[in-house]
Amino acid sequence: MAELLKIDNLQVAFPTDDGLVRAVDGVSLTLGEGETVAIVGESGSGKTVTGLSVMGLHKKGAAQLTGSILLKDGDRNVDIVTANDEEIRLLRGRAVAMIFQDPMSSLHPYYRIGNQLAEGYLVHNPGKKKEALKRALEMLDLVGIAEPAQRADEYPHQFSGGMRQRVMIAMALMNSPRVLIADEPTTALDVTVQAQILILLASLQKEFNMGILLITHDLGVVAQVADKVSVMYAGRIVEQGSADDVFYKPKAPYTLGLLKSVPRISTHGSDRLKAIPGQPPSLINLPTGCAFAPRCEFASHAAGDICATDRPELLGSLPSHLSRCHVAEATRDSIFIKELKEVR
Amino acid sequence: MLNFISRRVFFAIITLLVVSAVVFAIFSFLPFDPAALSCGQKCTDQVIAGNRIKLGFDKPVYIQYLLFLSGIFFGRSYGSGSAAFSCPAPSFGYSYNENACVTGLLREALPVTLSLAIGALIIWLIVGVSLGIVAARFKNKWPDRVSSIFVLLGTSLPTFVTGLALLIWVTIKWKLVPLSLTGYTPLWENPYKFFQFFILPWITLAIAFAALYTRFTRAAVLETLGEDYIRTARAKGVKERTVLFKHTMRAVFAPIITLAGLDFAGLIGGAIITETIFNLPGLGRLTLRSTFEFDLPVVLATTILAAAVVIIMNLVVDMLYAVLDPRVRI
Repeated sequence: MAELLKIDNLQVAFPTDDGLVRAVDGVSLTLGEGETVAIVGESGSGKTVTGLSVMGLHKKGAAQLTGSILLKDGDRNVDIVTANDEEIRLLRGRAVAMIFQDPMSSLHPYYRIGNQLAEGYLVHNPGKKKEALKRALEMLDLVGIAEPAQRADEYPHQFSGGMRQRVMIAMALMNSPRVLIADEPTTALDVTVQAQILILLASLQKEFNMGILLITHDLGVVAQVADKVSVMYAGRIVEQGSADDVFYKPKAPYTLGLLKSVPRISTHGSDRLKAIPGQPPSLINLPTGCAFAPRCEFASHAAGDICATDRPELLGSLPSHLSRCHVAEATRDSIFIKELKEVR
Repeated sequence: MLNFISRRVFFAIITLLVVSAVVFAIFSFLPFDPAALSCGQKCTDQVIAGNRIKLGFDKPVYIQYLLFLSGIFFGRSYGSGSAAFSCPAPSFGYSYNENACVTGLLREALPVTLSLAIGALIIWLIVGVSLGIVAARFKNKWPDRVSSIFVLLGTSLPTFVTGLALLIWVTIKWKLVPLSLTGYTPLWENPYKFFQFFILPWITLAIAFAALYTRFTRAAVLETLGEDYIRTARAKGVKERTVLFKHTMRAVFAPIITLAGLDFAGLIGGAIITETIFNLPGLGRLTLRSTFEFDLPVVLATTILAAAVVIIMNLVVDMLYAVLDPRVRI
């Protein structure tokens, strides 16, 4: 399986009047052909910032990027962090494409759907207007929009939310990119429509042999489609592994907290939702130790107050399943399995 | 569309009727005797009484109003015998100060005001919108700061200061534009003289409005650049220039058109200060002079005309909006 995207020690910081906001701090992950890698985390954990970094969509000057983002373009690898604006622009929509969270506001309200699709093709194939329009109709058909020729002449407000997300997907695939970044693609949609969109994405992934970087906070979505999962907290990856490992053998306390807080339809109707206590830390003043320590119920299992003083590294007994925690891995394994049994 | 227009035209007519009735009533209840005002220096009670009957001021107010309305459609004649005269339709009454039909006065003044307003509109749109785009594009850099100085000066300097300053320096001290003594020349008769006549009044009006439009455009462009669909365009690999001039400006265009339509309508009602400074024989000056001279029929007519222009421009703007914004269907 060829590697399409390799993010290595990515750091993204935004200088503000209040100080430097470290939105992403040392993220590393790889994405291969036909593979779906999910980035999971709550709002503000740095998932979207990571996705936008791969697209090179951060404003020059507003964001400080270090590390590397190697994107495969044909036979070469381009580092998005060091490439110039024009190089990145020519990759966008062609080698890597992105679909966004809110399909209601992500389409230009004043242009016809067909033209908005064709534009993405024309940018990378100048002058080929006829092919662009033909391709637009093919893509609309492919994403399951009936009567594409007629619908292409309509405006976004004439489409429902689910249909607009289909249009966004069609638009992203106009140039058959190898990498697709899907930033909360189903969050703004009804549950029934969510399933349709996920099925559509999966079938398109097979057809185009794409790598999909799925950014979401919805663990249900991750369980359905992801091969590998990276759990983010306060700009750092706290757990990384295969979807099965992360779901059934979580190693980071934060992941366990997330899994426990998923609402369930249980026989004990009076059970309260098991939310993680506390709030995520400010990204300007991160705690010196583990960012999750103030909210962590297992900090007492670690030696001394190491959780408050030292930042844990992303480690694991198996290289395929890493986590950030000072508590001994064996201790965690035995506690977490019990905890999970209680909720499942 | 047709349904929309006919409905709007119907309401426009109702609005105009109400406006004209209110204005008519106000002028009727003013503590002036129009018949006495209509009579010159050698005035006798006899002449006043004669004028009162001749001009219809002896009739009840509502009859006077109906006569005024019917004059608009059928023309109106005053007096009888050898002293009789008439104002053909559309007649807005008779100016006793000018001894002329009001319609004729409007017909002379309107082209001047239209020329002033259209010329100024073109200049302020070009200057204001381009400066606004530049300011937004280079936000917080020196072009933005320079434009904000222009905005500050343009919005805070009243037209009588900029107008007089232009007149004093450009015309009198530097003699770049000759002082026009011949008066208004229509564009098609002598374009050169036309431009010479209007260039300073245009600039005077345009400075004030261009400043407002710079500020408005800058804010609108910045707001639109933050929209999700602009991010989508960038994600497609669209060039930054295209993002700005196509995707962003397409969305900024509609509100600017609305604003311009309404500001333009306001100017037709009277750019009184500018017209007075540059001695332009337009509607604003006509209104001002008629007010000072208690020439009530003229004031009534210009007020109704101004209201009509505002109503019509509102209709035009709404129709343009439907053309510009596919979400608006009428």
